[in-house]
Amino acid sequence: MAGKTILKMENIRKEFPGVVALDNISLDLKEGEVHALLGENGAGKSTLIKVLAGIHQPDGGVIYIDGEKAEIKTVQDAQHYRISVIHQELCLAGNMTVTENIFLGRMEADRFGMVKDRELNQKAREIMNTFGLDEIEPTQKVRNLTTAQQQMVEIAKALSMDARIIVMDEPTSSLSNKEVKKLFDFIWLLKQKKISIIYISHRLEEIFEICDTITVIRDGEYIGSMPVKETNNEQLMSMMVGREFKNVFPEKDWNQGKEIFRVENLSSPYRLKDINFELHENEVLGFYGLVGSGRTEIMRMIFGVDPIENGKIIMEGKELSITCPKEAINAGIALCPESRKDEGLILIKDIDYNITISIMKELIRGIKLNRKKNDEIVHNYCSKLRIKTPSYKQKVRNLSGGNQQKVVLAKWLATRPKVLILDEPTRGIDVGAKQEIYQLIKELAGTGIGILLISSELPEIINLSHRVLVMREMRQVGILEKDEIMQETIIRNALGG
Amino acid sequence: MRREKSKTQVESSNPIVRFVKENSGIIIALMALCIILSIMVPDKFLTYNNFTTVLRSISTTAIMAFGMTFVIITGGIDLSVGSIVALSGTLCAGLISSSWNYAAAVIIGLAVGTLCGAFNGFVISRTEIPPFIVTMGMMNIARGASYIYSSGKPIRTPDDFGSFGNGYFLSIPIPVIVMTVLMILSILLLSKSKFGRSVYAIGGNKEAARFSGINTKNVIWLVYVLIGFLASAAGIITASRLYSGQPTVAQGIEMDVIAATVLGGVSMAGGVGKIGGTMIGAIIIGVLSTGMNLLKIPSFYQMIVMGIVILLAVYLDVRRKK
Repeated sequence: MAGKTILKMENIRKEFPGVVALDNISLDLKEGEVHALLGENGAGKSTLIKVLAGIHQPDGGVIYIDGEKAEIKTVQDAQHYRISVIHQELCLAGNMTVTENIFLGRMEADRFGMVKDRELNQKAREIMNTFGLDEIEPTQKVRNLTTAQQQMVEIAKALSMDARIIVMDEPTSSLSNKEVKKLFDFIWLLKQKKISIIYISHRLEEIFEICDTITVIRDGEYIGSMPVKETNNEQLMSMMVGREFKNVFPEKDWNQGKEIFRVENLSSPYRLKDINFELHENEVLGFYGLVGSGRTEIMRMIFGVDPIENGKIIMEGKELSITCPKEAINAGIALCPESRKDEGLILIKDIDYNITISIMKELIRGIKLNRKKNDEIVHNYCSKLRIKTPSYKQKVRNLSGGNQQKVVLAKWLATRPKVLILDEPTRGIDVGAKQEIYQLIKELAGTGIGILLISSELPEIINLSHRVLVMREMRQVGILEKDEIMQETIIRNALGG
Repeated sequence: MRREKSKTQVESSNPIVRFVKENSGIIIALMALCIILSIMVPDKFLTYNNFTTVLRSISTTAIMAFGMTFVIITGGIDLSVGSIVALSGTLCAGLISSSWNYAAAVIIGLAVGTLCGAFNGFVISRTEIPPFIVTMGMMNIARGASYIYSSGKPIRTPDDFGSFGNGYFLSIPIPVIVMTVLMILSILLLSKSKFGRSVYAIGGNKEAARFSGINTKNVIWLVYVLIGFLASAAGIITASRLYSGQPTVAQGIEMDVIAATVLGGVSMAGGVGKIGGTMIGAIIIGVLSTGMNLLKIPSFYQMIVMGIVILLAVYLDVRRKK
């Protein structure tokens, strides 16, 4: 695989307000190679790809294409350099045909302004044939295709634009094993045609199967590159997660009380099966698994957002029947959801409103607001959680990510829960704020409530949880205790390696 | 220093000061409109009589606009209000003409209109059908029912029934009094009650509202029940004013109602708006059309002016909020 280097990214740096997303990242891509870009969730993989695709502008560093300096300012520039990105969420118009999707925005018309359907279908057919995609009919509606086939259409679209660098972001995340096999055959074909691929995934076994070279990044920093042949599972894992822990985590407190909450054989109507765990006072039970492994789904069921098919939820010895969030809240369960903007906050409203929305029934009788109690509660939680704001009438929209997360937390603490569910509590907030959240989690656990903590960041799971429940593909793999809570053990369980 | 400044920006303890600040744009527009009309037709515009006429003419629109404010804040819309006016009006008039007790006839009229709203709300909150479509369906259903009930002809009522819609109490037109009472109740409901807070929460972020333990389905349902009730109240006032229940009445009134609401600063995207703003929006529409009548502008031209004013007002509002 001694092709010439066609893409060279050198010392790429990208800052967002308050966060350095990428620092000194370099990547060399050779002709006809499959290059894995490896890193944990939030390591900066997507940001790097967005820089390459012209969606973000780097704040430092240079991109060379064929040895010449390239400025990729827009998506059109990226197209000009024949770079295509296949995003994890496919961007196809479901009600249009395969051909229409492939040539979207580039449809040729005859002199009457009518689209040359027949010619375009012919062209689409040719592209498909070249890459062995005979089973996809160009006139089919895209929404009638399987996910795998849709992915092929996306790739065909890239090929129709003469792409020679194709970025695939987690292409196998929604494919079955058989479909993965097929995708790999296809990637093999692309390699033969001297097309280079940047392959993003955190499934190590796939990377060993299909990739030639690996670049690992972590926390926006470049860790290293090497040929696949010269490395192994263990080395990659430690490169991915082996950060130095700079004392951002508080000491664990091992003072657990009696059991307060228990889930038995919980199953969803879809895929989630047989979840069992118990939770004690003062305990943090961590949930780890890859994105899509079913962690969030468990919490949504417990909180009454999604229906339960089977199983029991038991609070302090009493079985609960929960069909909506209101009942869960009344039972003493609180959920800080994964996405604070979509599910956690009413952004156009102020802090006061957001904190008290879940306890309205305690504060308002008819049209009479208990102003004194209201202000006390808001003030109490704002100072306890150290929410920084000039006024409680500040719109939540104008707060920083860390402060927004604290408002969500305050809203849920105001309901005085016995079980607090935290789904990715530190997503998208800076290091300082993360540290504060960690401290808060510890303090909260000290007040006697039990916490269910979902996080994709291993160090958080390792350093905050007293026990760790590991999920893989909608199944509970096991619950790790004390000494078993180590990176390698957790990752091995989560990946099934 | 900067902290202090932003504090005063977001907070203002006096509700009237806050109200004027939030609605400065349309208040200035309304004042400008009044000043211009006072100069152009001083003898006719600046009279107590004209003042009460304007208020009475907008009373039914405003009453429905209070309900529309709730609906639009949740992110919905209700196109069926005009037809509910016709249905409850003809029904009430019909019952009276077949010598029912007035109070009973009014209650039945209100009940049927409220039921129409309840149907809208039930379907909207329980299915995926958009409010626009559901209420458009009800617009036809209620209008059709009103035609059937009245056989397509106006139903006369005794003159003393008309004294309600045309009468005065302490030299204030009775519909204006009704409007004022309903306005105050709506303000309290929207700004002070749990229900009102839930309405804003749903319009601001429906998922977050649901996660916060709000029964979003029931709140949405109730919002349409409320507008159904208010529309049927408007229908009974209209029947009384016309001394008859007319199946053709209030065609297209939903557009005036929506216009008043939007002029008043209620965002079509949901989550934002107040009853006070809607009231001013309705007054602007009333003053504008009365003013144009006083200036003897032909009604076809009036429509064009009205359209431009609405577009302009909303454009300015959108720009101000950027």
